Amino acid sequence: MNKNKVIQVEGLTKMFGDFTAVNAITFDVEKGEIFGFLGANGAGKTTAMKMLIGISKPTSGNATVAGFDVYTNAEDIKKNIGYMSQKFALYDDLTVKENITFFGGIYGLSRAKIKEKSNELIEELGLQDVANQLVGSLPLGWKQKISFSVALLHDPKIVFLDEPTGGVDPITRRQFWEMIYKAANQGTTIFVTTHYMDEAEYCDRVSIMVNGKIEALDTPKKLKEQFKAANMNDVFLKLARG
Amino acid sequence: MKTILYIIQKEFKQIFRNKGMLPIIFVLPLLQLVILSNAATFEVKNIKFGYIDNDHTSTSRALIEKFNASTYFDVLTDFPSENIGSAAMLQGEVDVLLEIPRHFERDLQKEKRTNLGVTINAIDGAAAGVENVYVTQIVQNFNQHLKVDLMQISDKQVQPVAIETIPLFWYNETLNYKTFMVPGILVLLVTMITLFLSGMNIVREKEIGTLEQINVTPIKKSQFIIGKLFPFWVLGLGLLTIGLIIAKLIFDVPMVGSLVLMYFYTSIYILVVLGIGLFISNFTETQQQAMFIAWFFTVIFILMSGLFTPIESMPEWAQIITEFNPIKYFVEVMRMVMLKGSGFMDILPQLLKTLLYAVIMNGLAVWSYRKTN
Repeated sequence: MNKNKVIQVEGLTKMFGDFTAVNAITFDVEKGEIFGFLGANGAGKTTAMKMLIGISKPTSGNATVAGFDVYTNAEDIKKNIGYMSQKFALYDDLTVKENITFFGGIYGLSRAKIKEKSNELIEELGLQDVANQLVGSLPLGWKQKISFSVALLHDPKIVFLDEPTGGVDPITRRQFWEMIYKAANQGTTIFVTTHYMDEAEYCDRVSIMVNGKIEALDTPKKLKEQFKAANMNDVFLKLARG
Repeated sequence: MKTILYIIQKEFKQIFRNKGMLPIIFVLPLLQLVILSNAATFEVKNIKFGYIDNDHTSTSRALIEKFNASTYFDVLTDFPSENIGSAAMLQGEVDVLLEIPRHFERDLQKEKRTNLGVTINAIDGAAAGVENVYVTQIVQNFNQHLKVDLMQISDKQVQPVAIETIPLFWYNETLNYKTFMVPGILVLLVTMITLFLSGMNIVREKEIGTLEQINVTPIKKSQFIIGKLFPFWVLGLGLLTIGLIIAKLIFDVPMVGSLVLMYFYTSIYILVVLGIGLFISNFTETQQQAMFIAWFFTVIFILMSGLFTPIESMPEWAQIITEFNPIKYFVEVMRMVMLKGSGFMDILPQLLKTLLYAVIMNGLAVWSYRKTN
């Protein structure tokens, strides 16, 4: 295995009955890369991601994540990745601090480490005033940032983000991407799905899924040249319309 | 181990923070205990009593007066004929109809014996049985030589009562139904609350999406499940404690046996219920589904538990089914220990069956819980 390739996928397929949700996709992701995973609604992005994070068994094909096989070592993969789902998945009825403590705890961090991380995180996000408030009472943009930080709590090698900026305002999105860059600079690999084409421009490399297949995969710059488009939006429209 | 503590801590915080749920967990069950224990009684009172006096003598009037004096009977009317009396029963206006034959007084004095006709509305079979006993007791009390003939609509054959029985009730001498019902209803409450709460708890995490987040962590299945169920196990035992206190303070139900034994058995029993709850939640996607399934089983378990109707009087196939009913064992143990003072060896069969049940249900639940689909 190439040491720099933290995700290797070959012919990965998922079928639900007769329906092929993910159709033999093949790609690699390198260490420290921000990999944009694009596609229209229902193209199969989330299904593909669920196979990579070990909560959905592939029908066929091969994949390793952080060096572990998705069929046989799913639990080892889980130690090495962070995940932020489309749906906000922290506990609304716990405070910011309690959420951090809980997730830190189930990732096996020590009390001291949790405390240190929690203070660090609260300071970084400027959440001192709301640290003891229930998460449910916070605005969506803040929740998303906390989710992302919680996904990074155990210093994972790879973070999977499923539409992390859905429904938040442009300023928060901007701040969110600054956080992503910061994490990537520290060596964390970012695997992100999005519907915002301006965000696709921020990625190192981008893949575009159409009807379960990867139809294009390259840097945003090369994709624009290849499809003779002014921006990623046009690239996406050309591909998605067929 | 440490991981489990984090989950337990989180669950308790969520339970006690949920202002809508707390009263449901603690106040409603106790309200039910107080109300149901008073309402669910087998005592038959206010029996509507009618009679047809064909004799019109001082003896017949004295007999009617006996019924009048009883607190169980509301003496209604003197029907002029049997037909009118029967018609009134058809209308549901009388429960018990006593027919005093012509020459009642004369036969009683001369021949030292005579017969009375009693017709009982047996739509509610259990009540009819009790009413029959009441009538017989009053009549025998009135005169040892009187014999009550229970008339049946199909055949008017007389079944003479030849043997006099003197009932002696053990363990509950006064036949106080509350003493009998309170332990049983306490069983229901502990069962229902722990079953519903544990069943819905994990499905709720499925609904809000946090279960997926948990499944992406390296947490072990057993850690998660133990951490999830432990708080409800504690809650169940807490509920038992409050229920026992109420049973003692309000209903003065005796606690003849050992409390330690009671708690020991209950702690195993709750594991069965939690296993069932978790098993249900593994196969459902929404809280409504989980609730429906849990409710379906609860109704069957309750009605076949021997709490309201004796298991001995069920058909044989139904009796076999009750062997799979955890509530049955709990009701038995509760009554045995509380009212009879049964010891460890006495409840050993129930204890072993419950333990086996707990192992099987929790095994199934852990097995069917999937982190990966």
